[in-house]
Amino acid sequence: MKHLFYGLLPVCRKEFLHVTRDRGTLVFALALPMLQLFLFGFAIDTNVRQIPTVVLDESRTQESRRLIERFAASDVFKVRVYATSQDELYGAVRAGKAQVGIRIPYDYARQLSTGSTASVLVLVDGSDSSVAGQAVSTSNGVALTESLRRVIPNGTLPIEVRPSVLYNPATRAANFFVPGLIAILLQVMTILLIALSLVREREHGTLEQLTMTPVAPLGLMVGKMIPYGVLAFGELCAILIVMRVVFLVPIHGNVLLLLFMSLPFLLTVLALGLVISTKARTQAEAFQLAMGTILPSVFLSGYIFLIQNMPLFFQGISYLIPATYYIRIVRGIILRGAGLGDLWLNGVILTAMGCAMIFLAARQFMKQGAR
Amino acid sequence: MTAIIEADHLTIRFGSFTAVRDVSFAVGRGEIFGFLGPNGSGKTTIIKALCGLLPPSEGTGRILGMDIRKDAAEIRRHVGYMSQKFGLYEDLTVAENIAFYAGVYGLDSRRARERTREVQELTGIESYMNRRAGQLSGGWKQRLALACAIIHSPEVLFLDEPTAGIDPVARRALWDLLFQLSGRGVTFFVTTHYMDEAERCGRVGYIYLSKLIAIGSVSDLQRLPEASPPGTSRVQITTANSSALLDSVRKMQGVHEATIFGREIHALVDTGSMPALQAQLPSSSVTVIEPSLEDVFVTLTYRIMEESR
Repeated sequence: MKHLFYGLLPVCRKEFLHVTRDRGTLVFALALPMLQLFLFGFAIDTNVRQIPTVVLDESRTQESRRLIERFAASDVFKVRVYATSQDELYGAVRAGKAQVGIRIPYDYARQLSTGSTASVLVLVDGSDSSVAGQAVSTSNGVALTESLRRVIPNGTLPIEVRPSVLYNPATRAANFFVPGLIAILLQVMTILLIALSLVREREHGTLEQLTMTPVAPLGLMVGKMIPYGVLAFGELCAILIVMRVVFLVPIHGNVLLLLFMSLPFLLTVLALGLVISTKARTQAEAFQLAMGTILPSVFLSGYIFLIQNMPLFFQGISYLIPATYYIRIVRGIILRGAGLGDLWLNGVILTAMGCAMIFLAARQFMKQGAR
Repeated sequence: MTAIIEADHLTIRFGSFTAVRDVSFAVGRGEIFGFLGPNGSGKTTIIKALCGLLPPSEGTGRILGMDIRKDAAEIRRHVGYMSQKFGLYEDLTVAENIAFYAGVYGLDSRRARERTREVQELTGIESYMNRRAGQLSGGWKQRLALACAIIHSPEVLFLDEPTAGIDPVARRALWDLLFQLSGRGVTFFVTTHYMDEAERCGRVGYIYLSKLIAIGSVSDLQRLPEASPPGTSRVQITTANSSALLDSVRKMQGVHEATIFGREIHALVDTGSMPALQAQLPSSSVTVIEPSLEDVFVTLTYRIMEESR
């Protein structure tokens, strides 16, 4: 056991010295995730509201104006422009001045009064799928309620749905996005720090020197993981404080459990950084590889898109991404107040992944160490 | 002589490329063994194999009697290694670098203190202990690298082109240190491509195209029949303008090779054609000399190149 991790303590001590010596990198490493947290935390809002809308009212009647008011009252549409011709209507959508175009035909009021079906055209710009989906369902809703009101004047509707959104009652986007963002920010910072540190040693020839000493590959790797793990853990605490104080995201579960369950994730991303460092010859290469892990972690981890909606192949990939499990842990504890009993499997999977990658990195390292 | 470093028909292949081909030699205690060869000839590969980092494809080697195939970890505790890259952490101070290597070699704190004092005295680096390694001059970096490489009192020291890019004064200072250590029984394996450095070594091996071509003391090598084939002589032509004369000397009958050496021309010529040569160069003096180490290695290299053609 002692032989397997030989050299761990001196390597660990030296790495702490590097960290304290290189203030620039340290500040950069700690401040950058914080900056991104502020940027993305404030910028991302998935609730679709106030879609710019252009209206062509050919009917110009009391009925048509009432329908337009109903659309505007939904908070989803905001009438920006009134068009005077069909061309102008299409033109406004094409130019991006409006994302929804509503055309009420000249016979709208007449059709209503004769009891036949009045059709209203709703053009939706499909280039943003979440806007399009929201626009379609809301306009259907508007039409449906308006129809019912005409059929049952003054009466009460037989069915009413009263949705109760659990855990995030105001459906605040920050509550949903900031916890997931923690995983992404921690991952980028940690992978970069540890991968660059090892590749720097390769570039400077100190790694070659170390291979000639009795230091064991695992001693070197774990010795490097500890300081950067400590650093990332500190950053995690800072991010959680900002999340709670600035973004007012309530933590429903146990904070200590959250910190504890973060350790397997840190282990995994540190190990991933080590694997990357065995593949990269230069710091630039390591940087690119580290950046390459971001997009899959953002798009395939369930952070933004639901995993269940992905094609089977990508669902498979998402189960190989560490962030998938950590996002479950973070959202579970912060948003739903989940406990260890609900989340332990995620921690076990992360730990297994991390250990596997450390051994992979150590083996790879031994193979190349000689070259 | 008990061999401290021993290569026994060592062959190392990377895929289809043979980096080291059937190399055997032995180095005794306290010896300074020089290993010469052009870049890419397999010098570093042999060092790595001898330190147990590269399992040989065929043959084996022994360091202090330990087999490089089986006792790699143990071997690394007993050998020191210093390369031209120095392997220093430039953002750490001299003291921190030394302390790190003391830790890596598993010295306890009392022994580390003791050894730090000893290597400080040997290398004279005391006054720089609190300076960052990156701020040292090349010569001092090299002394620090040596201090780190011997912190665990290794019995064997591998130096891989230790003086590449170092000024002549620092080079001489380093060699003085090496002689001092070898006097205390440390065995050295030094690779270089400086001929004058090779001439300081007790014995020299010459590796070319992955093969060990020649091995022996400097005077052994100078007398190698391959370097001075029978019937030929190594001569020095002293003349006023050697560079102008070089081309015509090369074309003369009986001249095998000729090169400028300082202000003279060194040539390998048929002994029988020497009088004719002197006759053709009335204003120059032609004298027989011992071949320099460089002459020997150039001649050997040409021979191999011709044979492999």
